[in-house]
Amino acid sequence: MAVQILIPTPLRVYTRGEKVVTVEARTVGEALRALTDQFPELKRHLFTEEGRLRSFVNLYLGDEDVRYLQGEETPIPDGQTLSIVPSIAGGRSPGS
Amino acid sequence: MTLRLSVSQRDRIRAHVEAGYPAEACGILLGREVDGVKVVEDLRLVDNRWENPAEQTHRFLIPPEEVRAAERAAAAAGLEIIGFFHSHPDHPARPSAFDREHAWPWYAYLIVSVEGGRAIDWRVWELREDRSAFVERPLEVTG
Repeated sequence: MAVQILIPTPLRVYTRGEKVVTVEARTVGEALRALTDQFPELKRHLFTEEGRLRSFVNLYLGDEDVRYLQGEETPIPDGQTLSIVPSIAGGRSPGS
Repeated sequence: MTLRLSVSQRDRIRAHVEAGYPAEACGILLGREVDGVKVVEDLRLVDNRWENPAEQTHRFLIPPEEVRAAERAAAAAGLEIIGFFHSHPDHPARPSAFDREHAWPWYAYLIVSVEGGRAIDWRVWELREDRSAFVERPLEVTG
């Protein structure tokens, strides 16, 4: 089914300026794969070199963080919107 | 990219990061980009939510629900999130490898060095598109 993915401002340069990308997917993981197949330059900003979702990249289905649902296996009900939201972490190197 | 702050915004950030010392303090920059200049129109001062308080002297966290709330507030005001700030207590205003792992290009990352409780150095950084390094960008403070 068609899923709308909201693209945060810093990543729109990799989606040809699109704020919303529509893909065909049944789960969150499928939606992400469809998105990065369509826009491969997004991949390194969403996933580590090992292919895991970066720890600061969060996915919301409606208002729910999918981490508290079924992660990438979470089914996407018809008409739901998937949002990509960063958490911001950082700080100096300890002891340096 | 240049980051532009007003004097009063700079003073609010200064007060926030000095009050947070010796922990790292952080916040969200809302504004708009005009001709390559990211103009800050509003600030959200955020509590450092890094889980282990003993590590807050060298770590900070702004959780995603805080970023979502800021996105909604920005959109309602016709603005967007243009960047973030955080402090490095008793440490230079340079991004760490940990900062680089947790960043995206385009955003302005303002780092404030706070030595002995006083904000002494302010620097703006932008992540390269290939994620290989941060590049320093100019900071303008206007009346």
